[in-house]
Amino acid sequence: MLRFTLAKLARTLSVLLGVSFLTFMVGHASGDPVLLMVRGDATAQQKADLRHVLGLDKPVLEQYVSYLAHAVQGDLGNSYRQRVSVSSLIALRLPNSLELAGTAFAVAISLGFALGVVAALNRGRLADHAIAGVAVIGQVVPGFWLGLMLVLLFAVHWPLLPVSGYGDLAHLVLPAITLALPPLGRMARLVRAGMLEVLSSDFIRTARAKGLPERQVLLGHAMKNGLLPLLTQAGLELGDMVGSAFIIESVFAWPGIGRLTVNAVQQRDFLVVQGCVLVTAIGFVLINLLVDLLYAAIDPRVRARA
Amino acid sequence: MKFLATLYRSPQTRGGLIILTLVLAIALCAPLLSPEDPYQVNPNARLLPPLATSQLSAASGATSQGATSQGATAQRATSERHLLGTDSVGRDTLSRLIYGSRLSLTVGFLAVVLSALFGTLVGAVSGYFGGWLESASGWLIDVQLSFPFLLLAIFLLGALGGGTLAVVLVLALGTWVNYARIVRAQVLSIRNQGYVEAARATGAGAARVLFLHVLPNTLAPICVVASFSMAQAILTEAALSFLGVGLDPSTPSWGTMLNDGRDYLVSAWWIATMPGIAIGVTVLGVTLFGDGLRELLDPRGLR
Repeated sequence: MLRFTLAKLARTLSVLLGVSFLTFMVGHASGDPVLLMVRGDATAQQKADLRHVLGLDKPVLEQYVSYLAHAVQGDLGNSYRQRVSVSSLIALRLPNSLELAGTAFAVAISLGFALGVVAALNRGRLADHAIAGVAVIGQVVPGFWLGLMLVLLFAVHWPLLPVSGYGDLAHLVLPAITLALPPLGRMARLVRAGMLEVLSSDFIRTARAKGLPERQVLLGHAMKNGLLPLLTQAGLELGDMVGSAFIIESVFAWPGIGRLTVNAVQQRDFLVVQGCVLVTAIGFVLINLLVDLLYAAIDPRVRARA
Repeated sequence: MKFLATLYRSPQTRGGLIILTLVLAIALCAPLLSPEDPYQVNPNARLLPPLATSQLSAASGATSQGATSQGATAQRATSERHLLGTDSVGRDTLSRLIYGSRLSLTVGFLAVVLSALFGTLVGAVSGYFGGWLESASGWLIDVQLSFPFLLLAIFLLGALGGGTLAVVLVLALGTWVNYARIVRAQVLSIRNQGYVEAARATGAGAARVLFLHVLPNTLAPICVVASFSMAQAILTEAALSFLGVGLDPSTPSWGTMLNDGRDYLVSAWWIATMPGIAIGVTVLGVTLFGDGLRELLDPRGLR
């Protein structure tokens, strides 16, 4: 297990190096930040001076190394527009993003599992079809469009919830549901399939044959095994959710890192974008690392393969 | 033909095929079907609700493209019925919806073809030759998968500029990994089989073995991945255009329409609602078709 962990860590480090390089190069290619910072009547000399102060006149590779050296210490540079440090901008909004994504993730997993079990137990009946319908809708329309429709229904037509913004619990409801719906449907489908397979397996028949009450068969035997595919999917969904959160946050004006990124893109404030992308990617990589290690801890076959 | 007939037997796949054929037909016949020019702006007909009629004044009518005998047209076509209403600058929603199918399908299709070609090539080469090629491509895939795809797309398009071609390239970039992985796995399992050994023993070169003997056997999973990537591409294009980093805002695409409709959500619900339904129906068709394809090509399921 130790060897596996070390190998994984080394791999993760090398991947993170590639991630930071790619992020830096794309940000670098986005254009000259000096033009954003100076007034229109600045002379060429003034621009050159500013470039020198910012270190933008050095070779690209040297700039990258210095960016990386600062980034490791938590310094992602200063925003071109707002003259504040990128790290502080991110630190301010990251908790909000985690709040939204965490709620949505919890809703998706718990409801997805519950609906999947209900669908499996009512196979072919109305409940099964209804759940399948919700799952399909969540998959074929864009998530943000679902959000717009929810706003139309529950904030405009029936003014029950706020249209957008950040505040009390009511503000969290619509964005969290919007974010949770697509993964919820996929989870439910997966759990349903897993449960159906488990329910028709030999050990369930044995459990029933030896006279265990149905409740114990379901809770103790079937669900435990139905949970496994959910774990695999949960890792994938978490990553997917981070991506779609970027769009949902801007739909609902949720002051998270996603909206920060989208706004910064629109203002061409690329040091902020770069920082946000880097932080998100690192979080993403760490989640994947954690999932991999968890697998290896649970399943010895994974350890042997690597 | 027999293949299509088998596909047609399952009711779900049949539904998918019918939807896809319909959307394709609409895209092909867009000029015949759309009641108006999707680009034509009409200041007198802003934000009209569905089924409303607009008064087409001679002044604004004259800006239309085929200005044949302007006087007569303005006299006769003074009122225009908008089945699905108009948008913030008075363009007909239905017409833009119909033309939007062209963009969604084209962008999705091009992205899928491009990513399938590139991903297959990388997967085949790394699986067949192994060695440093394999570790290099594996590392590249890991780096790319470290970004949530939508974030990477927003970043790239925001930094390097949008437009149709850029969106196609970025979408292709987002999905090539799927092909590379699955083709590599297939090639690994095929490469040491008897008939491949036999081909090699008779003196066939690497390229010949790879393209003639190995790759044809990976076609089935590629087709399945392609159908799901198409659905993903259509959804992602909409998301990117919605955020304003995708297609040019004046192009009649479902994503740009959503972007326009978002600002008028409260006063004009139809602008944002209609393209979402169009996307949903199209993606539903693609998904049903893909599900059928998967069941047909691999009865045990691919996952």
